Amino acid sequence: MSWTYQKIGHMFRNVSSVSRSTPVAAPRRPQAPSTAALPRRLYRSSVGKKAVMAVTGGILVLFLVGHMLGNLKVFLGRADFDHYAHWLRTIGEPALPHRVFLTIMEAVLTVAVILHMWSAVSLARRARQARPVRYAVRPKAQEHRYATHVMRYGGIIILLFVIWHLLDLTFGVVNPKSGGAEPYDKVVADFDPSRWYITVFYVIAVVMVGLHLKHGLWSAFQTLGWGRQRRYRGLHLFADVVAALLVIGFVAVPVMVTIGVVK
Amino acid sequence: MKLTLKIWRQRNAADKGRMASYELDDVSPDMSFLEMLDVLNERLIIEGDDPVAFDHDCREGICGMCSLVIDGTAHGPQRATTTCQLHMRHFKDGDVITIEPWRASAFPVIKDLVVDRSAFDRIIQAGGYVSAPTGSAPEAASIPIPQADAHDAFDAATCIGCGACVAACPNASAMLFTAAKITHLGLMPQGQPERYGRVTAMVDQMDAEGFGGCTNTGECTSVCPKGIPLETISRLNADLLKATAKG
Repeated sequence: MSWTYQKIGHMFRNVSSVSRSTPVAAPRRPQAPSTAALPRRLYRSSVGKKAVMAVTGGILVLFLVGHMLGNLKVFLGRADFDHYAHWLRTIGEPALPHRVFLTIMEAVLTVAVILHMWSAVSLARRARQARPVRYAVRPKAQEHRYATHVMRYGGIIILLFVIWHLLDLTFGVVNPKSGGAEPYDKVVADFDPSRWYITVFYVIAVVMVGLHLKHGLWSAFQTLGWGRQRRYRGLHLFADVVAALLVIGFVAVPVMVTIGVVK
Repeated sequence: MKLTLKIWRQRNAADKGRMASYELDDVSPDMSFLEMLDVLNERLIIEGDDPVAFDHDCREGICGMCSLVIDGTAHGPQRATTTCQLHMRHFKDGDVITIEPWRASAFPVIKDLVVDRSAFDRIIQAGGYVSAPTGSAPEAASIPIPQADAHDAFDAATCIGCGACVAACPNASAMLFTAAKITHLGLMPQGQPERYGRVTAMVDQMDAEGFGGCTNTGECTSVCPKGIPLETISRLNADLLKATAKG
């Protein structure tokens, strides 16, 4: 039996009723197959960039779950909350020196945030260039999901919030208490009823995070290749539940301080 | 039916283009959308105007030539239907209908509503060949294929390459088109030998053509006249990541 090659391309079009004398853009050639290292190969393609977003996003979600559970210790009282905050600095002792585990975690999170944003900015730019002329009638969103629509702007709002949040409760720059104060005191002072607008700001920011995850979580599974018709309902449900639980868990602390349950 | 049509007119690729307004008095609800445009063009020719250029061929919904973004939706308001199979009964007397070409830098406008979709052909070409014996037809049962795979592959193979997915995508991404081809061949035993080289080459070509990236909005699949499912994109992602890991 002789083996020959069968072309799969059979979709040649003829453009009827229009002369082809108009200049048509020359075919763009892709780059030669790369023998570069894995990170570079990954970062070359739009799909690879999305995978970077999915994995770094996953790291950040895991952090958020831990962060939220830690926050809830505020309801167990001052001693428990402050003890937990100090424990974060002593994880791994005596095998690890003081604060080494926490520093590694901070470094991983910083790298994750940078890679996540780098991919997002790069893909957003590509998308902008891919449609230079906009539609006169705004395309009707067939699958309209608010969460999907606000991924990019929501991401910027979340970034600004994270900067504020670090200046507030980590470094104490914009907190009524100084950076060296006990964590419990900083939280209670921050969300004091007189500073209700700070609480409102936190609630809005956390809801933005929730919306970001409502799309981001299931989208990460899709990007990493696990999306199938039969799994979509489950993936959406998982994303919605995780997003909702995180929002409730995070909002609980500032709101309870402001209404005076936690003092 | 009386209709007002707002149509994108552009003399050639270099022309800036503009929206032009036309009144049509005697539209039958039984006309197809393209027949309605034919009526307009006949009038424009008689009046000595330049007829509106639009792509069409089979008018049976299977060739992938027709396009048109109608009131902001690729292929118009009826789901899983090409523009040529869309009928005027879906519109009301007095409607104002806006008609635009596919908008993407990878699909430059040639004239009016006609865009150059040869970027899709180049993606297909980048996919290369499948190693398959040609000549006399092989015994049908000689290569067993699981029924579920056969169905999924066939669903993907119904893609007619019209480009509605690109037109509807907020990022002008060609992922659904490329993913349909990758899924169709990747599920078949005949597609295995070149599977990972094919996905890398096709995604490289897709990116090189200047299409945007996928953000999983699902707009593509909702306008697709063939209902290509979103899971094809996830299958492409899986194959590409495997290929990238292998090097």
